[in-house]
Amino acid sequence: MSRVRVLVGTKKGAFIIESDGKREKWSISEPHFGGWELYHLNASPVDPNRLYASQSSGWHGQLIQRSNDGGKTWEPVDNKFVYDGVPGTHQWYDGTPHPWEFKRVWHLEPSLSDPDTVYAGVEDAAMFKTANGGASWEEVSGLRKHGSGAQWTPGAGGLGLHTILIDPSNEQRMYIAISAAGAFRTDDGGASWTAINQGLRSEYIPDPNAEVGHCVHRIAMHPSRPNTLFMQKHWDIMRTDNAGDSWHEVSGNLPTDFGFPIQIHAHEPETIYVVPITSDSLHYPPEGKLRVYRSRSGGNEWEALGNGLPQSDCYVNILRDAMAADKLDKCGIYFGTTGGQVYVSSDEGDHWTAIASNLPAVLSVEVQTLQ
Amino acid sequence: MPAHLRTIAKVSGDVDLDVPAPVTIRAVVDALEARFPALQGTIRDHVTKQRRPFIRFFACSEDLSHDSIDTEVPAAVQDGREPFLIVGAIAGG
Repeated sequence: MSRVRVLVGTKKGAFIIESDGKREKWSISEPHFGGWELYHLNASPVDPNRLYASQSSGWHGQLIQRSNDGGKTWEPVDNKFVYDGVPGTHQWYDGTPHPWEFKRVWHLEPSLSDPDTVYAGVEDAAMFKTANGGASWEEVSGLRKHGSGAQWTPGAGGLGLHTILIDPSNEQRMYIAISAAGAFRTDDGGASWTAINQGLRSEYIPDPNAEVGHCVHRIAMHPSRPNTLFMQKHWDIMRTDNAGDSWHEVSGNLPTDFGFPIQIHAHEPETIYVVPITSDSLHYPPEGKLRVYRSRSGGNEWEALGNGLPQSDCYVNILRDAMAADKLDKCGIYFGTTGGQVYVSSDEGDHWTAIASNLPAVLSVEVQTLQ
Repeated sequence: MPAHLRTIAKVSGDVDLDVPAPVTIRAVVDALEARFPALQGTIRDHVTKQRRPFIRFFACSEDLSHDSIDTEVPAAVQDGREPFLIVGAIAGG
């Protein structure tokens, strides 16, 4: 029988929440790496027992943990993230040049075909790769050496590379996104990169249509349609059907198009989910009502989903890596909040249940569908 | 060591190290990292070897945090009578 394993990263440790395929009874693990920030945990799609976790703290910096038994035990692997060459400067908040400095790993994306190969998105923005299960990391420096690097500016949370998408039909093609630089694509496994921000419009930067400088919050791709991407930008929900060469807005009737995560249904590539947040200065849901919005038409037409979610006095946020979908027949949607709740819908968003209510602030949620 | 570093190193108390002369701050941390490779990068930068900002070094009631890392630690630490303390800075609320 199928089962699901939810990997939850929080501000004070990691938690593994499990259920059988009915998704009715859930068990929550003891904290892993208690007291540390777990920006992200992720699993190899070809070896579900192979997990990787990004563990960091202001005191002790970055660690990477690896599990070979589905998260029961962990071992630290290499944590040496050294930029290739002299990294130079990016733009600081006030427009002045600022030295590139490694701070933490935001996102871990295992290869689709090899459990020992993993890509890491880091702050200050760069991509790293291990091909030996984390024994060593090397920068995929073609990205940072894209000519625009000196113009990249940190978002409020830092200059983080937070999204890595691998095209399942061609692993040489990958997409990444950086706050606040924008989206980039490689067609040669990372050697060279192209900025793919045409059609994005950001009123808060000097040139609203600039090639780079857009605060992209998240990008999602359905594996059956790798040329179609959906984006939650700082403001605006965007869509491309030509691998990022051009984007158009699909915010439609959303009450606000500010937010962080965006997720696609496991079996319906035109069904997408977002969690609207009031504004860039009010990082909580409008009217104190926590509602996921679903579009079954690839955007523009959205319906509110709040059954089982708090509909008054709710002022949490849902961060960009904190939403996921399982692959069971009736697709399950999962998200975690900065208030420490993890919600699940086992019917595509129609009804929601809290499977954890009192965790530390949730930074990331991934879900594995296991046999 | 701070509790979090003892957890990573999988030790529960003090750690005894044999450190070749000259017994400098750098040599002590080198020996610690050699015995517990998972601690690399958690006390000092991988490349510059600079102490992380929220880490302090103390010994014999003295703050060695701002001494050159090539300074020899006090004799009482070298002969094992006193501990070399790696401390996490108080930065809570």
